[in-house]
Amino acid sequence: MKSTRTGLAAAAAVLALTVSACGSDDGGGGDAGSGGDGGGDSIRIGIKFDQPGLGLKQGEEYTGMDVDIATYVAGELGYSEDQIEWVQAPSAQRENLIATDQVRLIFATYSITDERKEQVSFAGPYFIAGQDLLVRSDDDSITGPDSLDGKSLCSVTGSTSAQNVQEEVPGVNLQEFGTYSECVAALQSGAIDALTTDDTILAGYAAQPQYEGQLKVVGNTFSEERYGVGLKKGDTELCQQVTDAINQMFEDGSWQAAVDDNLGQAGYQPGAGNPPTPDECA
Amino acid sequence: MGDFFSNYDILGAFWVTVQLSVLSAIGALVIGTVVAVLRISPVGVLRLIGSLYVNLIRNTPLTLLMVSSILGLTFILGLQISEQNTRNAYWWAVIMLSVYHAAFVCEAIRSGVNTIPAGQAEAARSIGLTFGQSMREVLLPQAFRGAIAPLGSTLIALIKNTTVAAVILGTAEAAGLLAQITENEGASLPLFFVFALGFVVLTLPIGIGITNLSRRLAVKR
Repeated sequence: MKSTRTGLAAAAAVLALTVSACGSDDGGGGDAGSGGDGGGDSIRIGIKFDQPGLGLKQGEEYTGMDVDIATYVAGELGYSEDQIEWVQAPSAQRENLIATDQVRLIFATYSITDERKEQVSFAGPYFIAGQDLLVRSDDDSITGPDSLDGKSLCSVTGSTSAQNVQEEVPGVNLQEFGTYSECVAALQSGAIDALTTDDTILAGYAAQPQYEGQLKVVGNTFSEERYGVGLKKGDTELCQQVTDAINQMFEDGSWQAAVDDNLGQAGYQPGAGNPPTPDECA
Repeated sequence: MGDFFSNYDILGAFWVTVQLSVLSAIGALVIGTVVAVLRISPVGVLRLIGSLYVNLIRNTPLTLLMVSSILGLTFILGLQISEQNTRNAYWWAVIMLSVYHAAFVCEAIRSGVNTIPAGQAEAARSIGLTFGQSMREVLLPQAFRGAIAPLGSTLIALIKNTTVAAVILGTAEAAGLLAQITENEGASLPLFFVFALGFVVLTLPIGIGITNLSRRLAVKR
């Protein structure tokens, strides 16, 4: 009898939690205007779960530059750290996550593009990344896209980086995989010569303990990726609040700290144009 | 929706899907038949090899086979089919699809063999046919006719499984191109339906044809 009662209590507690989670989800969209004080509510933020240095989930720990910046911005919006609910935001699902109110903000290496602006609004940019190359530390033959002709290059199926490099260097020998981790493993073993995507992602991999000292970012970017904060289309008020928070972060030095803490280990320095000037919220 | 067709080579991607399907179907049928013969042969070692193949391959995820063909066989063991990475991945995709579905083809054929009354095999052997002759002339022809329906299901599964090749093949076939369009334009329902429809167009006629064929070719007993 006792155990039945305990079970019932547990079930009730779980139910209550679920209900309150749903409630806060709805509330998240509704109190967009009230901004400043989040009160007892929580905020759902979409991040990458699988990108070292940017957004990485290890057990219940979330680390990375996007996580740090999101935590700061949420703090400015009135949400303490334990009021943040992290949600995985894979690249292909980011627009849908916002459109269906499953998250309020997305910090997930989300480049601002005109196509995406048709579906979501952006605050920021909060970081300017660029497409770059990751090579083995002892390889000096690759200095940029010009020296890629005939080299074996790796990227992720269908990614913007893969498309760019195919346009720029038609002679490149491209191998595409489902994820970057497979590329990094192949690069380390010497089977391919270089890996291409945003320099931030590359720096994150180069800084991982198991690759320390073995890989380096070439540092010759050949595109501009302006990372923005994805939010519901047309929500200018929220956009303004986020932009203010980002500006404040630039000023008080915590932006620099977030970059250095997460990407600095491999000697990575943010490229030209950083910290950027956020766009007007329209 | 017309945008997708003018900006991206969707038909070209489905053409690669068709190529992968046809080449792998032939490969799977050949390997599968050989393995099926192994599994019903009178020699114990061959039966063991046959059942090891089926149980090993059938229980390995296709994605794992695909990725290991490049990461393991090409990159570590140096088994490179072409200097060109995309060609290399293309042929490895065909091989892995063939090898994987051969296990299912084998089981389909074996189920076909099981539909044949034991008297047929006994009669074939008693009139002096060797194992090979009785296979060729008596058992396999009846087995294939009895196995058409499960073979058809395997073929449909194979066509849809070509999408797994996207993990090594890039944007050449349908699933890879879908990933690329989603990356550029964002995910959308119309786009999803275009690709889903593409696969229905490829597989539905096969399903209908197979049902007809299995009815017409069934061995009347």
